[in-house]
Amino acid sequence: MQTAPFDYYRPETIGEAVDLLTSVDGARPIAGGHSLLPAMKLRVASPAALVDIGRIPGLSEITRTGDSLTIGALATHSAVAASDLAKSDCPVLADTAAHIGDPQVRNRGTIGGSLSHADPAADYPTLMRAIGATIHVTGSGGGERSISADDFFVGLFMTGLAAGELVTAVEVPVMSAGQSGVYLKHRHPASSYAVVGVAAIVTVDGGSCAAAGIGIGGVTGKPERASTAEAALVGNAPSNETVEAAAAAVAGDLADPIGDHYASGEFRVHLASVLTKRALAEAFGEVSA
Amino acid sequence: MEVSIKVNGKSYEREVEPRTLLVDFIREDVGLTGTNVGCDTTQCGACTVHLDGAAVKSCTVLAVQADGASVNTIESLANGELHAMQQAFTEKHGLQCGFCTSGMIMTAVKLVESHPDIEEDDIRHGLEGNLCRCTGYENIVRAVAEGARRFDPHSPWEMDPAEHKITLREAERRARERSRT
Amino acid sequence: MTATERAFGSSVLRLEDPRLITGKGRFTDNLSRPGMAHMVVVRSPYAHAKIKSIDSTEAAAMPGVVAVYTGGEMEAAGFGGIPCAWVVPDSDTQTPAHPPIAIDTVRYVGDAVAIVLADSEAQARDAAYAVDVDYEPLGVVVNAKAATEDGAPLVHDDVPGNQCFHWTVSGGDVDAAFSEADVVVGETIVNQRLIPTAMEPRAALADWDSSMESVTLWVTSQNPHIARFLLSLDTGIPEHKIRVVAPDVGGGFGSKIPHYPEDSMVIFASQQLNRPIKWTETRRENYLATIHGRDHVEEVEMAAKRDGTILGLRAKTWANLGAYLSTASTGVPTILHGLMLSGAYNIPAIHEDVYGVFTNTTPVDAYRGAGRPEATFMVERLVDLVARELSMDPVDIRRKNLIEPFTEGHEVATGLIYDTGNYEPALDQALEMFGYEEARKQQAEARSKGRLVGIGVVTYTEICGLGPSEVAGAVGFGGGLWESAIVRFHPSGKVHLMVGVSPHGQGEATTFAQIVSDQLGVAVEDVEVIYGDTDQTPMGWGTYGSRTTPVASGAIMGAIEELKEKGTKIAAHLLEAAEADVEFNDGVFSVKGSREEGKTIQDIVLAANTAWSMPEGVDPGFEASAFFNPANFVYPFGTHIAQVEVDPETGEIDFQRYVAVDDCGPIINPMIVEGQIHGGIVQGAAQVLWEGAHYDEEGNLVTGSLMDYAIPKAEFLPKFELGKTETPTAVNPLGVKGVGETGTIGSTPTVYNAVMDALAPLGVGQVHMPLTPEKVWRAINQAQEGGN
Repeated sequence: MQTAPFDYYRPETIGEAVDLLTSVDGARPIAGGHSLLPAMKLRVASPAALVDIGRIPGLSEITRTGDSLTIGALATHSAVAASDLAKSDCPVLADTAAHIGDPQVRNRGTIGGSLSHADPAADYPTLMRAIGATIHVTGSGGGERSISADDFFVGLFMTGLAAGELVTAVEVPVMSAGQSGVYLKHRHPASSYAVVGVAAIVTVDGGSCAAAGIGIGGVTGKPERASTAEAALVGNAPSNETVEAAAAAVAGDLADPIGDHYASGEFRVHLASVLTKRALAEAFGEVSA
Repeated sequence: MEVSIKVNGKSYEREVEPRTLLVDFIREDVGLTGTNVGCDTTQCGACTVHLDGAAVKSCTVLAVQADGASVNTIESLANGELHAMQQAFTEKHGLQCGFCTSGMIMTAVKLVESHPDIEEDDIRHGLEGNLCRCTGYENIVRAVAEGARRFDPHSPWEMDPAEHKITLREAERRARERSRT
Repeated sequence: MTATERAFGSSVLRLEDPRLITGKGRFTDNLSRPGMAHMVVVRSPYAHAKIKSIDSTEAAAMPGVVAVYTGGEMEAAGFGGIPCAWVVPDSDTQTPAHPPIAIDTVRYVGDAVAIVLADSEAQARDAAYAVDVDYEPLGVVVNAKAATEDGAPLVHDDVPGNQCFHWTVSGGDVDAAFSEADVVVGETIVNQRLIPTAMEPRAALADWDSSMESVTLWVTSQNPHIARFLLSLDTGIPEHKIRVVAPDVGGGFGSKIPHYPEDSMVIFASQQLNRPIKWTETRRENYLATIHGRDHVEEVEMAAKRDGTILGLRAKTWANLGAYLSTASTGVPTILHGLMLSGAYNIPAIHEDVYGVFTNTTPVDAYRGAGRPEATFMVERLVDLVARELSMDPVDIRRKNLIEPFTEGHEVATGLIYDTGNYEPALDQALEMFGYEEARKQQAEARSKGRLVGIGVVTYTEICGLGPSEVAGAVGFGGGLWESAIVRFHPSGKVHLMVGVSPHGQGEATTFAQIVSDQLGVAVEDVEVIYGDTDQTPMGWGTYGSRTTPVASGAIMGAIEELKEKGTKIAAHLLEAAEADVEFNDGVFSVKGSREEGKTIQDIVLAANTAWSMPEGVDPGFEASAFFNPANFVYPFGTHIAQVEVDPETGEIDFQRYVAVDDCGPIINPMIVEGQIHGGIVQGAAQVLWEGAHYDEEGNLVTGSLMDYAIPKAEFLPKFELGKTETPTAVNPLGVKGVGETGTIGSTPTVYNAVMDALAPLGVGQVHMPLTPEKVWRAINQAQEGGN
């Protein structure tokens, strides 16, 4: 099944790519293409031009600097899942990547593409909100800036990227002692996307929860941070009661849930609560074990 | 635009429209029709090929994206003799209509390449990007396990390496022999 | 030859496989012809609308475009409506016109409105988007029961109330049964619409030969001879000028039985343009324009005595037929459904009214099991409801009502005469394999901890091996249901077996070679089975209804017997012996007691082909053809048991175990039979757990892609444990019964009953399929609220 015709550019540097994206009418960037090409084949999207950033050098490394990991935008999901650095320093990142789509999709899909597409049913965005990631972008004239995950995800398929801006890397904190992260999802039986995804990052210090980040995807138009639920954790012992209380608080953080034929908004909120409970229990279990 | 893609070891220089999908390049420009198309949403995996050594769905890669790359299709696996995974698919009856089979085998080869002792659960999980409507997957899972076993000479069920390279006719003969005893 | 040495009964590896595992499959879309153009169909985005105008000016001017045609042009060229090949009698069946391309009205989303022909598929697709159609939307109805209500929009102006037919089946005194009953149970079952989803989408390639005024159509068909017959009716091309070839076909499950509009379109375009024309549907089109299955609403009741004895079954069914009648539409919810409502049980009184209804949806036709899964689900669900009402174990109630063993035929209340049955051994074996008693103990323990573990048991029988042609005629099927075969030995002793059936994954190229090998003592690989080409094979009615092996094997055996007789005559002549003294064993004709001096079948074949010295009155050559019209259907049966666990928090269902004991008679190739059962189980289970087509009120197919419609993946499924009993049928010479659909027929109620058993402690009464997590979660909530 063919897409509509388009012009194709293959820049060799980020600068060139950004220039093309700002100068060519209707141009869109493509890397792995696993969000864009399916939409183009169904002619839901018909960009006039594609700017293929897939070969720009230096954008797929995974490196550690200080207390954070930097993942190049072109790192595929399977590269992240297989990365020793990710597995040791931020296991929840590797684990999340390992559960995106299916093996073939993971071999092509990239972290930068997933974040830029901002599909509410995607996995990475949810984790990025929970973990407090920073997204590095480059815009016209080579201007670089960093956007926090909280500011990056604006709405349904909408990000804080300005026209022509490209994601170049994602920075996530490494897991410190006493810290653990878990990502769980209710997988759609057909698409494999997350109907609801929950990422929970907890820090336990001196027998109580010192910090918590809970990200919830699939329930509203963008990945949410469950701040009421987080507040219910911090300062409390990681007991079943604490976990239950946090899970119960999730609904309050999820206004205007979306729904479809498979799962209503009400059910999505419920799933978010159950998955939060389970993710927290697992995360606390890992820290105390 | 002009692309140069190595398919099964042979370079093909062709003029293509940017929108040409890798699968259409393989089927129409190269003329290898073993790679099938079963959907339009990147679900079914029938079109799975190896792109620079990784299993990918060739319906969701542009030929221009594969420019300069090396692609292997189902047609590359048998080299005089059947590949161990092909052998396992026929011996375990891992196919019925055969339409998903090319993609299934190409995925399976990569799935077990580094996991000779792969567990059944991991096989099932590893096949989540490949749909089959005929077999109920039961015999595909058996075939992949068998293919994995044969891949690795150090597996606990070590076999005579010659066993990896028998012809289909010979395998049939052995199967008949087995069923007679 | 001892039994253990026979090719019959061995898991011979498939002769089909070498090409399919090496990427050399000959699927229709893999074929091309010199000068070929491509067709793309412009389809209606409206479920019901008047076509006010079609403007193809822009499309026709686009690069590579050769032509754009509308329905009117096709009609003017003499192409008629798509014929319906099954009209149930005595039911006032309405058969409204079905133009291959809609002429003035579209009736479902996906109905064809124009075709675009271009040098490349991409060019045709680009131009298809540029065809400008002006529609005037009309009222839409998608639900069968709603379509029969007053004021519902009419799908066809000439079909009042949207009622295609009203068919009834009745046997025994149903009113008495219900008035005498101690218990009556009932509910409304929604046997939801399914999308067959053969992995290979449909495709058709037509090549019109103007010099011979003949056409060759390569098409994804389960029955090329039926396709040819029907094409001769609507294209106007005489049947002997049409060659239909079904090359490798990538699964069908019923969806490749019908004669589709696109088959006629490519022939029309090939004639008009004098070029070969290929069309291959996208998966999106496959979901819109290839038939769907099931889609019944059934109001059902069962009457029983306090001791569990079933007295009667009463049902009223609304069968959604979609917008037009597909090839076998009317037979599926009637003959293949209503007549099977006795299941494996003694049910003295049965009555069903079936209303076939038109709606603004994709046409509905045969999908794996076709009518029988709906019947079996109905019966098995009701039996479980009675058991629950009476607090009986589901095994006990079944055992109490199973039909006792029979070999000479058993007539049930619907009038069918089952061929043979012995149901309890299969039940016992399944219980043993499952460890039923232990499993129930474990279930009780799990329940005491609040876990929702459920076990479902089903004892089914089904009707297949379609079937006696006289019955086909009596029930309104527009063709016969016999088969034919030609066994042709070449001088070197190699064999061509030509059959009219058309397997597409079921492995008969191997199974049939095994029959020839077993009977005539030639090697399996010396037999090439030829099928799927009307010019190369004798007449046959195709592969569906689990009929291929039980019916075609009768014809094959007829030809084989003739060759054995002929071989005996020739051998007697060459051995200078009396015919009566010649025996044939393991490929050798010899005088009794002196096998060493005998003649191999290859010797005899060569002698017959050279014909240097033939016995008096025996013709040269070594070939025979035979026809087989079975005396009855065949009725495989068995017991299936499933175990599931429901997550009470999320409503997710963990499908944990499945035991199936099936009886399809003597098994020719166990490996292939097991594969058929595996695949069948999964398609049936999928109806319970994942699959369901869904339309919105405007008639849009919400589950219109593999992103939304969930066919099973490997990771959803447990390992299957299979057992068997072997009760031969007397209907065909080998005693074999069909096995293509048993898995599907048995597994839907088995898995459903298991889930309902899991939910029973919470008081959940009914949940409509598919049992998606949300539906289960809501049912649990509702039950708990009701209980509080």
